[in-house]
Amino acid sequence: MGSAPSSQRPPTGVGPEARPAPGHRRERKAKEAAFDCRMCGQCILHSTGLTCPMRCPKELRNGPCGGVRRDGSCEVYPDRPCVWALAWRRSQRLPLWRSDIHHVQPRRPPVGGTSSWASFVTGRDRIVPDGWTR
Amino acid sequence: MSGSGTGEPERRAALGAIASSGRFAVTAEMPTVDTADPAAIASLVAPLLGHVDAISCTDNSGAHAHVSSVAVAKVLLDHGFEPIAQFACRDRNRLALQSDLLGASALGIRNICIMTGDDVTAGDHPDAKRVFDLDSTQLIRIASELRDGERYLSGRALSGSPSYTIGAVENPFAPPMEFRPARLAKKIEAGAEFVFTQIAFDLDVLGRFMAQVVDRTARARRHPGVGVRPGIGARGAVHPSRSRGTAFLTKSCAGWKGFPETVRRTRVFASRAT
Repeated sequence: MGSAPSSQRPPTGVGPEARPAPGHRRERKAKEAAFDCRMCGQCILHSTGLTCPMRCPKELRNGPCGGVRRDGSCEVYPDRPCVWALAWRRSQRLPLWRSDIHHVQPRRPPVGGTSSWASFVTGRDRIVPDGWTR
Repeated sequence: MSGSGTGEPERRAALGAIASSGRFAVTAEMPTVDTADPAAIASLVAPLLGHVDAISCTDNSGAHAHVSSVAVAKVLLDHGFEPIAQFACRDRNRLALQSDLLGASALGIRNICIMTGDDVTAGDHPDAKRVFDLDSTQLIRIASELRDGERYLSGRALSGSPSYTIGAVENPFAPPMEFRPARLAKKIEAGAEFVFTQIAFDLDVLGRFMAQVVDRTARARRHPGVGVRPGIGARGAVHPSRSRGTAFLTKSCAGWKGFPETVRRTRVFASRAT
């Protein structure tokens, strides 16, 4: 405990950022109602046809797993549609960013309750681990 | 981790070499291993020695706990096989996956195959914590960065890079089928060098899928070897209980239904084999 060198930048997504950003509550209410948003703080709704990928039980960020059932339902919850099958279909109908499902970097851990609006303004959602860039 | 120093250079990346040479590679998949006796593990595939190019070692397949894929791969390596160690994202976070990738390479395992993994609810420990810290595409890229960039995801440098050929999987028969080639293209872009598909019965769907994959990869100037895997079907087909064998296939294998002729032929094959 406490052995991390002080020169390292603090882990993002934990600690001080637990303090809600301005407008946090408004964002949460609106996006929860509209998208069943999980406030991951790294929003990619624009590339998923406005389908929240965090509703995938495996929390996949780069498309559906291979377990999608033949009728398009989820491997884990057969009574629900696969989130990514939905995302693909909807993204095709979106006038902007059509089928623009990018290569998304690893998610930063515990992200629940983080504002993606604040992340966007601060650039936090564009910070990637040093070993990710090529 | 010094892949260059440990002998047998001709063994290195055998599957990668076959994939890029364009000749057909014949691979098999280990049955599930529930014994800690290395001799018993080797005896499971002993008849295949000299007949297959490589053998896949599954990573807790079907979300059931089995002997670790890296350990099984090492046993096979010691018995003259070329193993493919599978890595699923379900059970380990990015720390454990990176250390196991390096560990596999340190043991001389030259083929790794990366996949998302079945959900924990598919197995006999449905209350297990599902990890999925990384998805398969991300892990492929991290594995390739460990090897080619000689650094961890954090950016910290390695003092010697691993040497392995990176494989991926794709299921051309699962919805949304139009997105599957794009998903595979992402994996290839991330660093996948060979690919296993799900067992293929519907050759029309496979043909369309492959045409799109070839089109995309040609544009990206990447040519992965694609393995179409009929092997897992045989696992069900030669199951001791014949009826159970075909039932397994009918229930579990995407694309199997609607091919009564294949079902009939498999039954015949199974009845001869058992």
